[in-house]
Amino acid sequence: MSLKLNYSMSLGNSYGLTKTQKVASAVGMLGLFILTLALFNVEFPNKTIALTLALSMLFAGVIWFSNSMYLSKSKGIKNDGVYFKSLSSKGLTGWLIGVALTLFYIVLYFYPEYLGLAQKGEENTGLVALFDPLSQLLSGRNASQWFVYGTLYTVAILVFGYKFILKYRHNRYEQIRTISVMFFQLAFAFLIPEFMYVMNSDLPYYDLKNVWPLNYYNFEQYRIKAFINAGNIGLAMLIFGIVSIFVITPILTYKYGKRWYCSWVCGCGALAETAGDSFRQLSDKSKFAWNVERWVIHSVLVFVVLMTTAVIHSYLGNDTSKYWLTKSSFLTGVGVLLTLVFAGTMIFKRKELAKDAKYGAIGYFIVIAVLFAMYFFSKDNTLFVFKSESLRKSYGFLIGSIFSGVIGTGFYPIFGSRVWCRFGCPMAAILGFQQRLFSKFRITTNGGQCISCGNCSTYCEMGIDVRAYAQKGENIVRSSCVGCGICSAVCPRGVLKLENDSMKGRINPNEILLGNDVDLMSLVNENR
Amino acid sequence: MEHIAIIGNGISGVTLARHIRKLSDKKITIISAESDYFFSRTALMYVYMGHMTFEHTQPYENWFWKKNSIELKKGYVHKIDTDNKTLHFNEGDTLVYDKLVIASGSKPNKFGWPGQDLNGVQGLYSKQDLENLEIYAPNNKVCKGAVIVGGGLIGIELAEMLNSRNIPVTFLVRESSFWNGVLPEGESQMINRHIKNHHIDLRLSTNLKEIISDHNGKVKSIIIEETGEELPCDFVGLTAGVTPNISFLKDSKIKINRGVLVNRFLETNIKDVYAIGDCAEQHEAIGNRRSIEAVWYTGRMMGETLAQTICDNRMEYKPGHWFNSAKFLDIEYQTYGWVHGKKGKPDYEAHFHWKHDDDTKCITIAYHRDTNQFLGINTFGIRMRHEVFDRWLTEKRDIDYVVEHLEDANFDPEFYKRFENEIKETYNNTLQTN
Ligand SMILES: Cc1cc2nc3c(=O)[nH]c(=O)nc-3n(C[C@H](O)[C@H](O)[C@H](O)COP(=O)(O)OP(=O)(O)OC[C@H]3O[C@@H](n4cnc5c(N)ncnc54)[C@H](O)[C@@H]3O)c2cc1C
Ligand code: SF4
Ligand code: SF4
Repeated sequence: MSLKLNYSMSLGNSYGLTKTQKVASAVGMLGLFILTLALFNVEFPNKTIALTLALSMLFAGVIWFSNSMYLSKSKGIKNDGVYFKSLSSKGLTGWLIGVALTLFYIVLYFYPEYLGLAQKGEENTGLVALFDPLSQLLSGRNASQWFVYGTLYTVAILVFGYKFILKYRHNRYEQIRTISVMFFQLAFAFLIPEFMYVMNSDLPYYDLKNVWPLNYYNFEQYRIKAFINAGNIGLAMLIFGIVSIFVITPILTYKYGKRWYCSWVCGCGALAETAGDSFRQLSDKSKFAWNVERWVIHSVLVFVVLMTTAVIHSYLGNDTSKYWLTKSSFLTGVGVLLTLVFAGTMIFKRKELAKDAKYGAIGYFIVIAVLFAMYFFSKDNTLFVFKSESLRKSYGFLIGSIFSGVIGTGFYPIFGSRVWCRFGCPMAAILGFQQRLFSKFRITTNGGQCISCGNCSTYCEMGIDVRAYAQKGENIVRSSCVGCGICSAVCPRGVLKLENDSMKGRINPNEILLGNDVDLMSLVNENR
Repeated sequence: MEHIAIIGNGISGVTLARHIRKLSDKKITIISAESDYFFSRTALMYVYMGHMTFEHTQPYENWFWKKNSIELKKGYVHKIDTDNKTLHFNEGDTLVYDKLVIASGSKPNKFGWPGQDLNGVQGLYSKQDLENLEIYAPNNKVCKGAVIVGGGLIGIELAEMLNSRNIPVTFLVRESSFWNGVLPEGESQMINRHIKNHHIDLRLSTNLKEIISDHNGKVKSIIIEETGEELPCDFVGLTAGVTPNISFLKDSKIKINRGVLVNRFLETNIKDVYAIGDCAEQHEAIGNRRSIEAVWYTGRMMGETLAQTICDNRMEYKPGHWFNSAKFLDIEYQTYGWVHGKKGKPDYEAHFHWKHDDDTKCITIAYHRDTNQFLGINTFGIRMRHEVFDRWLTEKRDIDYVVEHLEDANFDPEFYKRFENEIKETYNNTLQTN
């Protein structure tokens, strides 16, 4: 609309940054600049000091900026000017940052040597070398590109988490949730794996909160071997990996919805909610996007199930006397499990699934067909013509790198902060499936109070058209909802509340809302 | 096929159309001169403040109308010929209907102030008003100061809007305290302080005398009635309430007063002509409600009801218990049942008031002096459950019960600090001293 253009012309004065905020940004930028210098192989006399300086400046810059941005203002919703700022409205700044991030991810995943990763037998150089002192401190080995990435990722979550907490000073749900993701990132993703390495260097890197299928490589042969070789602790970790899929996840999701993971624990979610917060409003709310979402995310789920099955299948043996789990018993197990889930859903929840049931059935039959094919046609680790290894590789490349990294994060300023979580994450697909059908979680709509203003839909990072439900007086029970709570926070009329309550009456389509004639309400709502 | 024409694509007209479509396959045409598609007026402020774009204010995607075969016509109806069931448009064309629904909404009040039609002087109601705001008050360079006249719900929204662009705002309010025609004193005064905390220059008991023009027909300053003080400004917002937007009906046979007069079935004096939403005026007010109710949900409810009548299930408009909500800068407000301010408070109505020390949260519970029956609640800074209060009102609970069970009605997000105990304590103490 023309209004927007008009405004960005006259931007300078009202929505620009204050002097303090400019200086604070400059401090943060300087920190980034030191890292950039390192990237271009500038030799610092003392790496420890340079790195400390760079990271401290990042922290100081963002913290100072946030203080100046929020502490001087009253508590409340702070979305003024979001659509006038170039950064948060797909303006030039947004695009530039998007391109820079994307390039960074491409280099990180495919050309780590440009970051300075040591070639065989050499020393690290450049950016990676800059992080050697920190890596040495934590685990006594030199840094890798993943260590650099992990550190920057954690720093981003910490500093922007701080900013987020100040932004939502009036909202305890947002604050506690953010402290939780900051903790899980710092402890579970960053520190504990390093310490585990110190304890037992045979253990594979394992971020314990990273559950399969998000952690799609968890059951690969080299990891299983490493777990088993590492003795009791390794075995415990392997068992924990399995228990977290089949026991912990379903219980927590039943009680709290998928938010316990997506907005309280998960690292991808953590980055999206903190560093990505400025971009949450850019998610596509159209029905079309919703259709694409359902196709893509469930295809990824099918893909990861098949890929993992094929990979495990490939290294199992045939002889029951050697090991109880063989190729065929494994395939049968997977088939039975999926059939149980599928049959249970169709029998008990068919009505709630409505149209989606058809797609569920298609997905299910594809998987089962392929399982059969594996059983009958696979020889020597090949599945038809594909080697399970190449299946794994293409999943790793397409989904693990391109989708979750390059598109998922690199495109934050263009598609919004949760592109990966919404369209790609197979873990989200499973949790979402359960959330929709077997969970106490819902967003309750407050009777007839909604004024259809659209704040909720605009700020839903998952692209859910929350208003479409709220203005019908209907609770929001959507598989994609990550329970971030922002729709509830930004609603100016107090219409939305995230709750765990009984399953009964959780989904309540209404035509006539509370407040109208009771006879009319019962006539229309009960005659459906 | 019967042709239903609806003048107005606001919440009332659109709700009606949606419900008729659910019940029948009648031909439906929605007419508006304002915008191509239905949008939420209530969200205009968020567009100006940059929280969303105008597209976000549209609750349905553009394909929705065609898919549901609801025809949209852009044009201004300037004459209605009810004898021939024909609408005449400014553009010269006409449209023949079988049934006509007038859902033409409101327009801002102007009380004949000198200078009220100058450039830079406007209300806040329509999409065009929003566009004009971008011309006359795009930032604090073009607009060095703004004056808002009229302290109601739209006035405070406009103040918040201008404030968001760092435009200094002077807020003229006729009453001795903000919105105290509706709000009890304690609440109204808390909001006074909240407004001032946001650096808005709130002037109570202050009236506008006239608006002064510069050489180009644009506002230059205003003069205050009481003191004669002249305030320079580049923008004047007139937000002293709204009236039904029905001037185009003057020469028709449809009976009007302040609004289009309707009976409880939302029927006008002319057969097959109905009126709903802001522009409808009940012959007799329903309960404590006003005869013209210019709020969002009543427009929606009238649409829901009239759809039944039009689809051959003649139904009376019977709104349930009163409720409403608003937001004063950072403080959310909800009300259920009736809580009166000083003005219009019945003798039997007594109040229990609790306010939090931080001066941003309070509640007022109204009850019957003699029977203790719960009559209504105002709540500021604490969200409450509509369903629970609606039930308590129906069950005619007494105030003891309501205070005792207040936690069942809490609707604040999880982990929020709760105040029920504090409220109960205050309640028990007040009762003892009474
Ligand atoms: C800034 C603002 C904030 C508000 N906030 C709230 C709130 O928080 N809560 C609340 O309950 N209410 C609120 N309201 C009031 C609420 O928006 C109105 O009650 C509601 O929009 C009325 O809906 P309606 O369908 O009756 O009419 P409208 O929405 O006014 O729609 C009428 C339409 O008809 C068109 N029209 C009129 N005459 C003609 C004609 N002759 N030919 C063609 N077209 C014509 C008009 O241009 C308009 O588009 C607010 C209003 C404003 C302006
Ligand atoms: S619906 Fe609300 S809680 Fe769920 S993801 Fe969207 S904004 Fe977050
Ligand atoms: S639920 Fe709240 S934010 Fe969403 S449209 Fe309704 S009033 Fe607006």
